[in-house]
Amino acid sequence: MKATPSQTVGPFYGYALPFPGGGDLAPLNDGGGITVHGYVYDGAGDPVPDALLEFWQADPSGDLSGAPGSLRRDPVTGAVIGRHGLDFTGFGRVPTDADGRYALRTLMPGNGYISVCVFARGLLHHLYTRIYFGQDAFLDGLPAHRRETLVAVAEREGFYRFDIHLQGEKETVFLDFG
Amino acid sequence: MTPPLTQADIDGEIADLHKDCDGQEANHPPRDFAPYRSSVLRHPKQPLIMVKEPEAVELTGPVFGVTDVTALDADLTKQHAGEPLGERITVQGRVLDRAGRPVRGQLVEVWQANASGRYPHQRDDHPAPLDPNFTGVGRCLTDDEGRYSFTTIKPGAYPWRNHVNAWRPAHIHFSVFGAAFTQRLVTQMYFPNDPLFAYDPVLQSVTDERARQRLVAAYEHDLSVPEWSLGYRWDIVLDGPAATWMEEGR
Repeated sequence: MKATPSQTVGPFYGYALPFPGGGDLAPLNDGGGITVHGYVYDGAGDPVPDALLEFWQADPSGDLSGAPGSLRRDPVTGAVIGRHGLDFTGFGRVPTDADGRYALRTLMPGNGYISVCVFARGLLHHLYTRIYFGQDAFLDGLPAHRRETLVAVAEREGFYRFDIHLQGEKETVFLDFG
Repeated sequence: MTPPLTQADIDGEIADLHKDCDGQEANHPPRDFAPYRSSVLRHPKQPLIMVKEPEAVELTGPVFGVTDVTALDADLTKQHAGEPLGERITVQGRVLDRAGRPVRGQLVEVWQANASGRYPHQRDDHPAPLDPNFTGVGRCLTDDEGRYSFTTIKPGAYPWRNHVNAWRPAHIHFSVFGAAFTQRLVTQMYFPNDPLFAYDPVLQSVTDERARQRLVAAYEHDLSVPEWSLGYRWDIVLDGPAATWMEEGR
């Protein structure tokens, strides 16, 4: 069957798609948690304040089965009450703030990378990229000057910086799965 | 001073780009579609890197369950004390993969403007009234046949600032998950015979006319409920491979 075309997420998704705790995959008191943060930039080098990032990853053992409950709801009020912190859902969703910045609090994926899906006003079809934390055979296959766009920069214990450049000299490597 | 960008300018750009594509089959819009001005600085210029790893994380995807939705979420007309203004409609359809198999138990999210064409968003400040009885957000899980169903009101068209006198045709935003992260889709559903289609660079970014038609719901009289609502049907086909495809040797 022929696929339904993509259309931009537009500027007004903010009251619909983001949810409280969307970037908190791991409870703050979970030992071994990591924080990944950064900015999304456009081709002029300006931060993008209306991008939406989604994250999907394995747990620290490499397990990719995930778990429901990322948007767990209160059956009384219907409000999002967030993950219960017992299962690792593997899924996160974070809108960039007015500075074009995001932060993700999660656990180190057992297989080396976090998959990222980028949506934004002006982006007619989402983009995929990956956050790597070290060497990987996939990275070895990329041109040397572009490889580093997929590698998070370790800042201090447990903190990593990962910026996304939609266009320009530092343009991030984006992926196609066919 | 640059003269203001007119609809005729945009129409000309769209016509040129469509001519370049000359009836070629294309399911998705190009990310670089200048008549939609916001796309200019927000698309990559380097080619995407093809990934062919059978173990790719993206061939699996997030899972959702009964804790992620409540029964009321699929009825956008019942989220406030009073009834929203507008034309009550139901939108139903199935979520399928490229092989036509139902996508089961996955999350479908919708958002839309109210009947006057206004979003409850601080950056939407055009002079149309907000409706205290309508937020315009819904979600549900697909059933075992891949079906979804929403009750809502028909959204209004609204102006935007892409060019002078730019108006978006009425649409409902959809966000859909498949079995794999590669099947992720965010799109917009349109209503049949909207006179604004030809003027809209967002819809026209889909250069293949046959693909554009797949974004338009069908009015289906049998889905209309007497004295209550008008019925529309819109099926969604997700692109992209899932792990099961790899197992089948594709």
